[in-house]
Amino acid sequence: MSLITVTDLHVAYGANTVLRNVALHIEPGEIVTIVGPNGSGKTSLLRAIIGATGVTKGDIALKPGLKIGYVPQRLHIDPTLPITVARFMRLTNKVSKSVCSAALEAAGVPDLLNRQMSQLSGGQFQRVMLARALINEPDVLLLDEATQGLDQRGSAAFYHQIEQVRRETGCAVLMISHELHVVMSASDRVICLNGHVCCEGTPAVVASAPEYRALFGTGTGGALALYRHDHDHNHDHDHGHTHEAAE
Amino acid sequence: MLDDFMTRAMLAGVGVALAAAPLGCFVVWRRMAYFGDATAHAAILGIALALAFEMSIFIGAMAVALIMALTVTFLSGRGYAMDTLLGVLAHSALAFGLVAVSFLSGIRIDLMAYLFGDILAVSRTDLVVIWGGAALVVALILWRWSALLTSTLNEELAYASGLNPKREQLVLTIALAITVAVAIKVVGVLLIAAMLIIPAAAARGLARTPEAMAGIAAVIGAISAIAGLQGAYIFDTPAGPSIVCVAAILFTVLNLMGWRSRTGV
Repeated sequence: MSLITVTDLHVAYGANTVLRNVALHIEPGEIVTIVGPNGSGKTSLLRAIIGATGVTKGDIALKPGLKIGYVPQRLHIDPTLPITVARFMRLTNKVSKSVCSAALEAAGVPDLLNRQMSQLSGGQFQRVMLARALINEPDVLLLDEATQGLDQRGSAAFYHQIEQVRRETGCAVLMISHELHVVMSASDRVICLNGHVCCEGTPAVVASAPEYRALFGTGTGGALALYRHDHDHNHDHDHGHTHEAAE
Repeated sequence: MLDDFMTRAMLAGVGVALAAAPLGCFVVWRRMAYFGDATAHAAILGIALALAFEMSIFIGAMAVALIMALTVTFLSGRGYAMDTLLGVLAHSALAFGLVAVSFLSGIRIDLMAYLFGDILAVSRTDLVVIWGGAALVVALILWRWSALLTSTLNEELAYASGLNPKREQLVLTIALAITVAVAIKVVGVLLIAAMLIIPAAAARGLARTPEAMAGIAAVIGAISAIAGLQGAYIFDTPAGPSIVCVAAILFTVLNLMGWRSRTGV
């Protein structure tokens, strides 16, 4: 059976319905990315899956015994709360310090064990979060815009890490991302959400779907297409001007 | 040994400090300072009701504090900002409590004893109640420690780990109500929040982990209680406020030391 099966999901906050008729499934080992404009219900969908938001109608079935690793959108640690990386890693996982160290090393941030969480850089912080989420070998990893606040290089490295994790552990990944160029290269499947599932499929299928193009543009026009780097069209156009490099 | 009022007072003070320390850390981390205040202020209404119905003051104060805390939790996120809500509820409860006390003409009540505590009048029975309540609070927090900490850090992280942050919030609410009830005799309803927040805040600079912060806060709270009582005895000052004064001085000294070591002045 699928790891996660969402059927006919409706989520409403009061009179405001944020998700309707959402159906999706996550299979073992696949990387699925949810894209969608602000307010399209992406975060609500993840919150519903982990049980943080009530379901108005429909059903979310998790495979019995499913282990979820979760990396939240932004984790603000109040400055009044002192916590070392080691303590944070073992918050809900009863694992030894050596396991923590190994997990940090695998995440590319060794030697952080005794540092305060508040002293970490944005990139280190997200990698520690990822290491923590992976420490009890989850079946599926949920990431809610986990690279927010990282620069392009940092987020590219972060997604590279995710791909590597999937390769090595076979863990499925369901993530929300704003970075469409990353999404298109790193995902097996893309779900385009806007209150409902607009379209879904392989990155190539979604990129050419009219619903997707209506939301994000095609990369050559439209203000929303900031991150778009299509590979199915040609930038070398042949009209009569030359492009001058900025000097 | 317990025949000495000073010994009983110190035991009472230390008992409250031990319960207030770990709870106070959560109050600080979760920015619930005004929540603690509101719960404590509501207790005066509980005291008035308890006196009117000739019930145990401890039970009355705890019940109203609990109702208050649950009401705030329930109403928050339903239209009003938290601080507005607390401002309305806390001061209304205090005002209604004070008015209610004035109706109790049959009984002569020393209101000051409830507002600022009457630690020197702690009886053996009070000691049992205080240590029983404190033990309950500490046990509750130890039992839920990881879950409380995870929920405090991030709600989604807690849900994803199979915890229910709403339930953990309830645990804190109950612990707060018990602490308020047992601390009335020691520092009074107006200064309970100080016993929660000041030792925890003073411990912050010395701690590297949440557990260390709670432990150091307990030590600072206990020192404040003992030194405050000594000071009150020597200078003939009110005991409850004296305890809080010592805690405030420790807070200032520790912060200045931390500031000096950080800036290298």
